[in-house]
Amino acid sequence: MIQGKGHPKDAFLRSERLPHIWCPGCGIGIVLNAYLNALALSGIPREEVVLISGIGCTARLPGYANADSYHTTHGRSIAFATGMKIANPKLHISLISGDGDLFNIGGNHIMHAARRNIDLNVICVNNFNYGMTGGQHGSTTPAGSVTASSPYGNLEQSFNLPYMMKAMGASYVSRWTALHVRQLTRSIAKSFTVRGFSFIEVLSVCPPNFGKDNGFADAYAQMQYFREHCEIDNNADLHNAGVTFSGDRPIILGDFYHKTRPTFHDIEREIIERVRVDR
Amino acid sequence: MIVKGLIDPGKHFISGNFACAEAALIAGCRFYAGYPITPSSEILERLSSRLPMVGGHFVEMEDEIGSMAAILGAANAGLKSMTATSGPGFSLMQENIGLGMITETPCVVVNEMRSGPSTGIPTRVGQGDIMQAHWGTHGDVESISYCPNSVQEMFDLTITAFNSAEKYRQPVIMLPDQVIGHMSEKIVVKQPWEYEIVPRLTISSRKADDKLVDFSTDFSPMFLAGTGIRGNFESLTHDEMGYPSNSSAVEAKMMNHLLGKIRDHRDSIVEFEKYETDDAETLLVAYGVTSRVMERVVREGRNKGLKIGLFRPITIWPFPDREIRKLSKRVQRIIVTEINYGQYSHSVRENSDAPVEEMHFPPGAVPDPDTVLKSISKPAKQEKHRREKGK
Repeated sequence: MIQGKGHPKDAFLRSERLPHIWCPGCGIGIVLNAYLNALALSGIPREEVVLISGIGCTARLPGYANADSYHTTHGRSIAFATGMKIANPKLHISLISGDGDLFNIGGNHIMHAARRNIDLNVICVNNFNYGMTGGQHGSTTPAGSVTASSPYGNLEQSFNLPYMMKAMGASYVSRWTALHVRQLTRSIAKSFTVRGFSFIEVLSVCPPNFGKDNGFADAYAQMQYFREHCEIDNNADLHNAGVTFSGDRPIILGDFYHKTRPTFHDIEREIIERVRVDR
Repeated sequence: MIVKGLIDPGKHFISGNFACAEAALIAGCRFYAGYPITPSSEILERLSSRLPMVGGHFVEMEDEIGSMAAILGAANAGLKSMTATSGPGFSLMQENIGLGMITETPCVVVNEMRSGPSTGIPTRVGQGDIMQAHWGTHGDVESISYCPNSVQEMFDLTITAFNSAEKYRQPVIMLPDQVIGHMSEKIVVKQPWEYEIVPRLTISSRKADDKLVDFSTDFSPMFLAGTGIRGNFESLTHDEMGYPSNSSAVEAKMMNHLLGKIRDHRDSIVEFEKYETDDAETLLVAYGVTSRVMERVVREGRNKGLKIGLFRPITIWPFPDREIRKLSKRVQRIIVTEINYGQYSHSVRENSDAPVEEMHFPPGAVPDPDTVLKSISKPAKQEKHRREKGK
């Protein structure tokens, strides 16, 4: 055991729960670190911070953070958070969960939460497959990719998440990768200040599942791909921001969209103030 | 404390659904999430109007899965919360009812029974969710399910359901049928201070290594989001710190706690009503609107000299096993009458020493008392369902 002063993030971690369950080379730990740095930057009192997730590898993240954490059912974290935020709008609620949890099984809930403009900070770690169950394809798996359940190549087209979330009504949309830690940290810190539904996609690596069957021998190889093929364009036409690993098109990253509009909570408060008779 | 904006004390002529909504407000419900579905939609509509009037929150969700998840989220933020639905929606809620069970989240789920399977006859009566109310979610749970047979009882039991949810810290089911939800009757609303309202027990402070839940006691206070407790709310099997575990020893400890807190207090939960059972030779078992029909059957049967009585479970779950066992030792036969193809009869048979017959009524209509009386006036014939226990 290494003796020393400990990790600089120890105060933000449930260190008694470490080591974590993630595989060597996994990108989720990077997102945890970025999130905790952003939280420290934000100055939000930690007792007001609530982390919520569904099921999957990324969904284990809240359990390691030293804050109130809610590990709910598969796909339902957004609906759970919708209830919690409406019940107590003072809470700072972050959802950190995977692409499968938020967009496959949970797709219905996330689009309605964005439409309602519930004031949530959603961070979707997209590793392009179902990691925890052994690497099957999902709605974010690029077409043609080989996975445990698409042995002849994925025959379906994948979702373009920033395009979709902007269209659904999100107030803030950005995308980074597990390589772009500083930009990601800044985006997370910014999302804490956004009133309304904010969405950050983090493209990540999953070496033992998605990586190994799609030309990335290890985490480094996929990170190298991100380094060589990512282009930052904050004003990108999101219609063209789909992700492919075919090498012929750049992966577009950026702080794409920020436009505030009244939240569910703002409008609801006005209604309650207008009609209440209980005082 | 007197809260303004609640239904006035006194007499009202009101529908079961409206009564349920108004009772929820008296019980302290300040959050409702739901999805419209016949025959429960009037609960949603009424609360969309009434909750903001008392400073509460209402959200119409995208489906029943989301509705159930949202009321758990709101309950964990500190509000008493409720949803209402019917068969198809209840099926969708089962997943997160399980989440409420394992995380011990108090809330109330109203499931108004119509016909099934699948879409069935949406606007007509059924009693097909008796088993689903207990065994609908995967894994083992002890259900608390109330089955009212009048609008007054819909009102009173809604308050009881909220109180039980707080006492026993789990989702509690209201199981009226379509008729009880849609019919209007006279009810009497008492003065606010005459109602017992159980407040929520919460953890006020916690040191880092304090347990989050104490599995050795039946009732632990609940941690609420944003109160500095830094708790972990866990859908996985977990230990007393709230941390996930794969150990079957931890699983057994957690499950003994979850099931034990209901089993240990079964006597304070179980409610039932007996009508003319003292000298009965034939005992009818009926709940919900069917029990109203069977009450008339008993009355008219008695006028004709039949020694007939009625047992009405008010808590469908926990099952009134000891009461049925006791009565079954005195009667010659038990007839379970229900608007389905045989659900509650299974539990009655399991707990009866007398032969148990089943009388099924097809969903879509309220049974006709004259037909029932005619059929039970005949000497009991060997039904194909009839099973006798050997001794």
